[in-house]
Amino acid sequence: MALAKITSVTGRAVNVPGNDIDTDRIIPARFMKCVTFDGLGEFLFFDVRKDTTTGENTNHPLNDPRFKGATILLSGANFGCGSSREHAPQAIAKYGFKAIIAENFAEIFFGNSTTLGMPCVTAAREDIAKIAAAIEANPQTEVTIDLEKLEVRFAGQSVKIAQRESARDALVNGRWDAIGELIDGLPDVKQTAAKLPYMAA
Amino acid sequence: MAKSLFQKVWDAHSVRKLANGQTQLLIGTHLIHEVTSPQAFGMLRDLGLKVAFPHRTFATVDHIVPTDQFVEPYADPLAQAMMDELRKNCADYGVTFFDRASGKQGIVHIVGPEQGITQPGTTIACGDSHTSTHGAFGAIAFGIGTSQVRDVLATQTMALGALKVRRIEVNGKLRAGVYAKDVILHIIRLTGVNGGTGFAYEYAGSTFDAFTMEERMTVCNMSIEGGARVGYVNPDETTFAYLNGRPYSPKGAEWDAAVARWKSYASDPGATYDDVIKIDAADIAPSVTWGINPGQGISITENIPSPETATSADDKAGIIEALEYMKLPAGKPIKGTKINVAFLGSCTNGRLSDFQEVAKYIKGRKVAPGVKAIAVPGSQIVGLQCEKLGLDKILVEAGFEWRAAGCSMCLAMNPDKLIGDQLCASSSNRNFKGRQGSTTGRTILMSPVMVAAAAVTGEVSDAREVFHVTNN
Ligand code: SF4
Repeated sequence: MALAKITSVTGRAVNVPGNDIDTDRIIPARFMKCVTFDGLGEFLFFDVRKDTTTGENTNHPLNDPRFKGATILLSGANFGCGSSREHAPQAIAKYGFKAIIAENFAEIFFGNSTTLGMPCVTAAREDIAKIAAAIEANPQTEVTIDLEKLEVRFAGQSVKIAQRESARDALVNGRWDAIGELIDGLPDVKQTAAKLPYMAA
Repeated sequence: MAKSLFQKVWDAHSVRKLANGQTQLLIGTHLIHEVTSPQAFGMLRDLGLKVAFPHRTFATVDHIVPTDQFVEPYADPLAQAMMDELRKNCADYGVTFFDRASGKQGIVHIVGPEQGITQPGTTIACGDSHTSTHGAFGAIAFGIGTSQVRDVLATQTMALGALKVRRIEVNGKLRAGVYAKDVILHIIRLTGVNGGTGFAYEYAGSTFDAFTMEERMTVCNMSIEGGARVGYVNPDETTFAYLNGRPYSPKGAEWDAAVARWKSYASDPGATYDDVIKIDAADIAPSVTWGINPGQGISITENIPSPETATSADDKAGIIEALEYMKLPAGKPIKGTKINVAFLGSCTNGRLSDFQEVAKYIKGRKVAPGVKAIAVPGSQIVGLQCEKLGLDKILVEAGFEWRAAGCSMCLAMNPDKLIGDQLCASSSNRNFKGRQGSTTGRTILMSPVMVAAAAVTGEVSDAREVFHVTNN
């Protein structure tokens, strides 16, 4: 399975500020009643984008027409905490996002996103604020996440980013979805299993 | 070299190093449920792959099952579709399915241990964050995403980077009215909701040595709420006694060999850890949450935090957001907060001992007028055990509804939901915004006995006073 080498992501960005944005917030549990991930994008951040009593749109950044079509999501610390549901990164990806910049990410969310080929990179709070200020000033600002130089470029500025080396390596070398490699290892898997009595049929 | 259980189990299950430096790790036991598996089977079909070790995958249905409707089709066609899909996938790929008709259905983290599928020194994965529960048996148990469910189905392995190990030692005797739930709420309060990122937790110390398996499961269950990927307790005689005679436990001569092997996985004395935390059991009080994540907890005798007492700007913003959502007054006692709903159940506290403990205290008492109280056993077997002991009757007489097994109001993917901004005293594990089925619903996490105390008084209460608890 040849996978794309993801060395950079370029696009417009939208800032969804806040810390500890959990996966229940990203995709409320009631939208997990599905047997495929298709169509999940429309429910992204559903409960904070709609006023629950009136059904009207709130002033959530994703409702702001200026940021329509953004492909890079900015946020705060501990993004994606809570439930392990892959519905969360799937909803973000199906909505149209290609990458996320945050102060840091919850472990399982990070892994799930990487496996979808959606880079999660971390940046210092001040630097995220700089990007946020630039896109607020001009929502058309083109933002580039460079996974080789580990920097984000926008509006003539650049800031440092970080990413766990195993994830970065997997993305830039086109092996972010491990399935192919795991299948290649099946003969070895059988040997390891044979040494463990509880694996016997 | 002295090794921790984590290292030993990791080494025994390492297949090989992958190109990106991660390890291809053998997953001995794969547990699946209806919410996170259908998409994985879909991916498998798209790729034309088979299940590599179907006899090592076990399925149950828990999240979407109604707890008051027993016949299919379910009123919710989406729930029925998920049920049908799981049934079909299990049949197509030869996976054991603990369907309702088997009498063994229940929450996946209750079914595994109950059947003896969860064993020491094994690796376990499930597309569910509370898979850490199984660590109570000295297993390394990971909550995984759906793509990884696909990986495990197709190869019985997944790609993973090694974790650091933090030993959390709790020593001494818990005070009267303090439970395993309070221990883990206390730990999460100390470490914060992401303090465990990158770690496996080894729970140890005399408090854990004295714990039953059910108590150990309650603590391991919520490891993920503190950010830790896995949490475990070293296997000991308590573990072996629990497993002896269970349907999937080894039998006869195999049993003795298994116990010897299981013992060998326990952490060596002198093993080194990346971090050690020590807690005195006597410092732990009955705890309740006041906010919108499980780290926002206090003891029942404390006041609700106020923004002025915040330790940082982030903390302050967090307190303001939480109080606004919870509609709770800053700086006032949490005790006395009116509740609307009492929920007993979930994979944290939906086991026999939880209902036994509640029944012991609630016998002869009545749920306060206006409070909706539901008790939901974690599995059909737990339900039956309770019924044999007459616990269901005690609960019903007190005013609880006695339901059928499932996740129920823990996350309300079934019809059991909060309405509007109802406040729920809950024995579950998450108090996130909207978690219990209403986007403005409010959750206060606590031990089952504290839920019972809240149910009979109609407000958040100190169970030690309500029930005159003098010892555990
Ligand atoms: S009881 Fe709650 S936490 Fe446990 S598996 Fe079910 S939904 Fe998840």
